[in-house]
Amino acid sequence: MGITLRKDPIDLFFSAVTAVAACSVIAIILGIVFVLIRESSLAIGKFGFFAFLTSTDWNPVTESFGAATTIFGTIVTTVLALVIAVPTAIGIAIFVTEVAPDFLKGPIGIAIELLAAIPSIIYGMWGLFTLAPIMANHIEPALQSTVGRLPLIGILFEGTPMGIDLFTASVILSIMIIPFTASIARDSFNLTPAVVKESAYGIGATKWEVVKNIVLPYSKVGVFGGVVLSLGRALGETMAVAFVLGNSHKITSSLLDAAATITVTLANEFTEADSDVYLSSLFYLALVLFLMSFIVLAIAKFFLLRAEKRYGR
Amino acid sequence: MTQEIELETRDLNFYYVGGVHALKSINVQIDRNLVTAFIGPSGCGKTTLLRCFNRMHDLYPHNRYEGEIIFQGKNMLIDGIDLIRLRSSIGMVFQKPTPFPMTIFENIAYGLRLKGYRKKPELFERVEQALNDAALWQEVKDKLQVNAFALSGGQQQRLCIARALAVEPEVILFDEPTSALDPISTAKIEELIVELKERVTIVIVTHNMQQAARVSDMTAFLYLGEIIEYGQTKKIFTNPDNKQTDDYITGRFG
Repeated sequence: MGITLRKDPIDLFFSAVTAVAACSVIAIILGIVFVLIRESSLAIGKFGFFAFLTSTDWNPVTESFGAATTIFGTIVTTVLALVIAVPTAIGIAIFVTEVAPDFLKGPIGIAIELLAAIPSIIYGMWGLFTLAPIMANHIEPALQSTVGRLPLIGILFEGTPMGIDLFTASVILSIMIIPFTASIARDSFNLTPAVVKESAYGIGATKWEVVKNIVLPYSKVGVFGGVVLSLGRALGETMAVAFVLGNSHKITSSLLDAAATITVTLANEFTEADSDVYLSSLFYLALVLFLMSFIVLAIAKFFLLRAEKRYGR
Repeated sequence: MTQEIELETRDLNFYYVGGVHALKSINVQIDRNLVTAFIGPSGCGKTTLLRCFNRMHDLYPHNRYEGEIIFQGKNMLIDGIDLIRLRSSIGMVFQKPTPFPMTIFENIAYGLRLKGYRKKPELFERVEQALNDAALWQEVKDKLQVNAFALSGGQQQRLCIARALAVEPEVILFDEPTSALDPISTAKIEELIVELKERVTIVIVTHNMQQAARVSDMTAFLYLGEIIEYGQTKKIFTNPDNKQTDDYITGRFG
């Protein structure tokens, strides 16, 4: 009996279903882009592209809108959150994988995952009622009287500490992305082959030397991927930040000032948008955020591919 | 010719997590500057025994030793032994090549730096020396700054041997060093092992009996966590005292 090409109907059906599922992703993305562009066309026509990006206006009364203030808020909170979260998360991951005694590994791992499961609105409420007063009364004054006195970076800590500001929002955001980053970093660390670690111990390396020279280089691609995913999450996070950012459209030099991010503006102002230009400008903001996320992920993918190539994996 | 003893176990028992009794009253003397092979069927404890000598088992919790391992006249199983020092005196080469995620040069220089060599010219000299000793220098001298993953499997394994040699250990433990390699690379490594015994004491675990016969001076046959027979390789392979040894050597079981 020769080889016959099987055309099993179930097989065909299976291929078709998976193909439809896969194509639906592309269809959804295209649909979103289409709607965003259509709805924002009025604002695009009125304000242009670069003028919209660079304008610090956000004035519903005069119907003059620009994205610069919210882009500023989004970037500052995201970057600051990453600055706080990434070293902490890597520290947690190193502790859990390499340092902690067995009886601590399980509980800490579970605690991290539970932290990730808390809905962001709860972080926001906790931020408003608990963290913000602590920041205003203790942490921010302490920062002002220490690093706030230094030249150059002192400018970041000027003003009256209110607790509802860029700094508090970044701290909340960092707490939200720490579990995420930490669990990805932990998984990457665990991928380091045991024998490679043993070889390093075998020529007399200490635990710290093994982590620094073997585990971290081995897993840096994975950790970087985790950082990018966290970055994406921080860019789009709304509810946790909405409570503690103050929603004020301005660019400030001090981290202790209120500001606004794109997502928070969208969440707060859609119901208030009483004119077509206002509504269209909000859609325009959403489009800008979409582009920002897209660019960030594209850059990250580029670096990941390059790193993978270099390590031949 | 009288042989000096490099390593010795006295009534060594070893238990894995959960009390699995992996080694039972092992008494073995490893002679200096000889190649000693551990053979036996899978799961007989030969790799477990090998990993006792540099206390690699300590990296994982709940493993337990009993008895003594004497190295340089001192018991290595008592508390307070400097494991970092011990492991830099007793090097190890694994089944699969384990290059570090660094350049070829750094792979060797890494251990040297850990040992305290800092000056560039001295590092260079010692890296070259180690690569020469591992018969790799000619192949890599023009690409020392290339990532070690770019080498072939056999080259990577010789790099690992060079790395172990660079820190000037007294003993090198080989855990089935050629089981992942092609015949030509295997021959090169075997040749290297025989050459190296002038300088270091070698203990090798192998599944390949021809390999044990080719490279080793002494052979221990292990079965179910016990040493069944230990003696000169020639004798073990031609005229063993024990019936089980004979059966294993001739391929009747295992």
